[in-house]
Amino acid sequence: MNSTQTALQFELNQRSFWKNLTVFDWLWGSLVMLATAYGYSRYVGLMDVYEQSILVATGASLIALGWHWKEIRLLSLAVFLLSIFGISRYVNGLADAQTDFFLKFLVSSQSAIMWMSALYVLATLTYLLSFVARAEFAGKVASAMTWSATTMGLVGLMVRWRESYIIGLDVGHIPVSNLYEVFILFSIITALLYLFYERRYQTRVLGVFVLLVISAAVAFLLWYAFDRNAADIQPLVPALKSYWMKIHVPANFIGYGAFALAAMVATAYLIRQKAERGAANGLAMTLPELEILGDLMYKSIALGFAFFTLATILGALWAAEAWGGYWSWDPKETWALIVWLNYAAWLHMRLSMGWRGNPMAWWAIIGLFVTLFAFLGVNMFLSGLHSYGEL
Amino acid sequence: MNNQSSAPVKPAALLLKFLGSMNLAITLLVALSIAAIIGTVLQQNQPYTDYIIKFGPFWFEVFQALALYDVYSSSWFLLILFFLVISTSTCIYRNSPTMLREMREYKQNIQLKTLQNYTNSDSWQLSCSMAEAQDVVQKLLPHNGYSARLKEQPGHTLVSGMKGGGSRLGYIFTHLSIVLICLGGLIDGNAILKAREMLGQIVPETRNLPANEVPSISHLSASNPSFRGSVSVPEGSRTDVTFINYRDGYLVQNLPFSIEVKDFRIEHYRSGQPKSFESDLVVHDERLAEPLKQTISVNHPLIYDGYAIYQASFSDGGSEVNFLAWPLSDGGEQASTVSTKVGEGLKMSSFEQPWVLETSNFRLFNINPSEDPAKKFKNIGPSVQFKMRNKLGEAKEYLNYMLPVEREGAYYYLSGMRSSPADEFKYLYIPVDEAGGIERFMRYLNALSDASLIRQIVAKQGLTSSPLPLQESAQLNDAMVLLAALFVEKGMQGVVAQVEENVPLEKRDEVAKLYVRVLQQLLAAVYVEVLAEEGVDVSLGIDEKRAVFFDAAAAAIGAIGRYGSPVYLQLTNFKHHQASGLQIARAPGKNLVYPGCGLLVLGVFLMFYAPERRIWAWLEPTEQGVKLVLAGHASKNKMDFAKQYQQLRDQFDRVLTS
Ligand code: HEM
Repeated sequence: MNSTQTALQFELNQRSFWKNLTVFDWLWGSLVMLATAYGYSRYVGLMDVYEQSILVATGASLIALGWHWKEIRLLSLAVFLLSIFGISRYVNGLADAQTDFFLKFLVSSQSAIMWMSALYVLATLTYLLSFVARAEFAGKVASAMTWSATTMGLVGLMVRWRESYIIGLDVGHIPVSNLYEVFILFSIITALLYLFYERRYQTRVLGVFVLLVISAAVAFLLWYAFDRNAADIQPLVPALKSYWMKIHVPANFIGYGAFALAAMVATAYLIRQKAERGAANGLAMTLPELEILGDLMYKSIALGFAFFTLATILGALWAAEAWGGYWSWDPKETWALIVWLNYAAWLHMRLSMGWRGNPMAWWAIIGLFVTLFAFLGVNMFLSGLHSYGEL
Repeated sequence: MNNQSSAPVKPAALLLKFLGSMNLAITLLVALSIAAIIGTVLQQNQPYTDYIIKFGPFWFEVFQALALYDVYSSSWFLLILFFLVISTSTCIYRNSPTMLREMREYKQNIQLKTLQNYTNSDSWQLSCSMAEAQDVVQKLLPHNGYSARLKEQPGHTLVSGMKGGGSRLGYIFTHLSIVLICLGGLIDGNAILKAREMLGQIVPETRNLPANEVPSISHLSASNPSFRGSVSVPEGSRTDVTFINYRDGYLVQNLPFSIEVKDFRIEHYRSGQPKSFESDLVVHDERLAEPLKQTISVNHPLIYDGYAIYQASFSDGGSEVNFLAWPLSDGGEQASTVSTKVGEGLKMSSFEQPWVLETSNFRLFNINPSEDPAKKFKNIGPSVQFKMRNKLGEAKEYLNYMLPVEREGAYYYLSGMRSSPADEFKYLYIPVDEAGGIERFMRYLNALSDASLIRQIVAKQGLTSSPLPLQESAQLNDAMVLLAALFVEKGMQGVVAQVEENVPLEKRDEVAKLYVRVLQQLLAAVYVEVLAEEGVDVSLGIDEKRAVFFDAAAAAIGAIGRYGSPVYLQLTNFKHHQASGLQIARAPGKNLVYPGCGLLVLGVFLMFYAPERRIWAWLEPTEQGVKLVLAGHASKNKMDFAKQYQQLRDQFDRVLTS
């Protein structure tokens, strides 16, 4: 064999997906499988066949996600351990949350969510510091805070899930059923999407923009929790008692999160563009290049659009089961359609008409407001079948 | 586009170009959004009278002409949808042949020049043999996920690689799915009904009639392929029709079978909120050997013979209710009994003018937010809702609770009143006596209307010393009787208004205060008298509880004027009958919509996540060995592709130059 062939063989041996998996990858896979199998065998009686499939599919997705994005493993492990710890501290019922030290200050769902809130806000400030002072280290700290906040948020949701079952077996349900819970979900998903692109593009300067939206969500969450007592766990109304909720809501929030990310990237785009048109120096020029920002904006809108399409369809299928028709022109449904059409038009403009730059960025920002209305405004101003989360 | 020919353009081609144009597509998407927004801002399909009240007669007409009360089945909305279907179909028609061809085409005739002009292009001068170089290319391309084709030509060999052909399929799937979904939606929407109405085949019914009295022009036969209607079926009875809301009326849809509701159940969580709604159904159908029994609940419909039967709501199924009617104005003292049924109108002639009592709803439970922080909700028991309509047709609506409700330690019978459905109920709080009944309150009310009793009291209590500007005691007695009557009839406001009418401006304040004080003395005196008659020892004054009762009773009596009914109807007992609200639908369009949805998701993901990418390797023998030109091209996601290409290029470099 000559050297070319050796080199070729060497290359061919590289990067084959399965061969490239390390011991850790396999360990990760087995761990998730074990956990899924345990969950399955333990709770099989409580789940219908659809829920069983959702559990299995979630396990498989988690394995794949962990293979492509290593940080997810650490996150999952931390969430898993902390949640198990939190759940195990409940011995005598929910009142333990007031008496047990760990529950009270760390891992009851309320405390975990407070930690999440505080950490997201701190991360925002730290990203700001790192952006303004161009401090690399502060950026790293901010990333770490965002990861921790996300961990605590997920722990909060997991423990809350369990807490709902402690209230009563018939009350228990996945915590994505009201406005309070989905705001937590929204913060977490937006943060994760951001963290993914932070690693992908190796830049932390966008952190302050994205975390700003999350901080706003957190502010709303806190107001909602303290002013309106929204944090209490409520049993589900009959219409929501369905496995569809487990897939419809998360898919929707991947969409919302991605649209929020796109709007904040668009903001960065506009700032950088303004700087370029002027003196082309100063802080704004530390933002990624316009081309990269434009690309990222497109990618997140595409991701959002894909998941929003999925979510709307899942919603329609659910409606067919719960309300007797897959489409009723209920205000929430209709606004989902409006959001969807809006982004479809955006995508067409970009792809087929070749629009780039300023107008697309503005449009992405306006898109977030349209989305926000679909998400909040409809519940506040319009009545309909979907009025589960009233303000 | 750039080969501007001078030949005249055919109109058909022009039309096709217009229909398939991106401008039209985007205009339609935006138009659809705006129409959708209108439909959410303006509440759809409300009773027309509501709209008249809201917008006034002029705008009501304008909006009606624009079909804004039912935007989603208006002709202009359907027209937008129609054009969207046409436009998308045209788009598919024009683009898919090219796309289908391109996704299978390896572009093996590409010129060297073109390759060298691509942004992603590199070349090497290699010292190996053609065969060796070819081998490398043909192994590395598949290794990177490209399927490759080789073409030998005189003087050079071209290996063309491609991946992501699926994105073109994605395009076709996505846009085809839009067409499918819109068509399916049109079938299931009420476009067909509209057409039949325009042809004069059907006329919606607007009167409130039982199904069998509705004329046949408003009936739809069982062969109607798609509809969505609802019907309320009392427990123990059956239906073979369902009602379709249509504009400001309804249509009756006949069913080829009948559905019996055996039982309807609501289960509650411990906290009191409803947990499930369930109906035990029996489907009676000649085609069935035996009736089909099934329990349905929210999220678990029964699908039978292409019809889907859903648990949609519940209502009262004609509960029997009994009242004690307590006269509030000087009628008789005694309460009479009244029996009626929810959903019925009862003529009541026992009062000065005839009334109709229309009982509209009965509720077994009323789960209200609790002030007790430990419990979120509490059940305050049964309630009945009814209207009292006078002979002019005007009605006031009432909501009476059966059991006394606690408020700050004391108990009250609650009765809400409103003059229009748009208002909130305003409540009358009738205090409950020690025996737990309403009797003392009623005795007190009667005492205030009893002239001789008041005269007696005035004399006994020495109210004569009161500083009213009247001297003779007979006059005073009459004044007191009138004052009490005025208070019972019109409340404290009535008393003050009376003063304002009769007293000169400068003295009004003074006199009004005086009247109020005297009235209060009188009210208290009568109350004490009522207690004394009950046998309560009042020689040492009255205790706290009875004082609270007094305040509440006086306030309630003061509010009777506004209550607007000559009787208080006390709900004494009932027999609860429920009705299950069923939604019955037939939606054959979903056979297009559901596959369409599947295609849509598949298509969108393919379009975004399987982008088309191409790589070419041009091999040409030279004196020194082989010249290799590598080039890559992607029409979307160019940045990602540039990175990928770099990796590929480096890989080639490592192998070929080692
Ligand atoms: C509700 C209606 C429609 C939806 C939801 C829709 C959706 C989409 C989506 C998601 C894309 C991909 C964009 C991207 O990759 O960034 C796309 C591409 C495209 N659409 Fe539509 N579309 C619709 C109607 C139309 C119509 C009416 C036309 C005809 C003018 C059209 C023509 C195109 C074309 C030409 C592309 C580019 C395909 C390519 O080059 O890969 N679309 N559409």
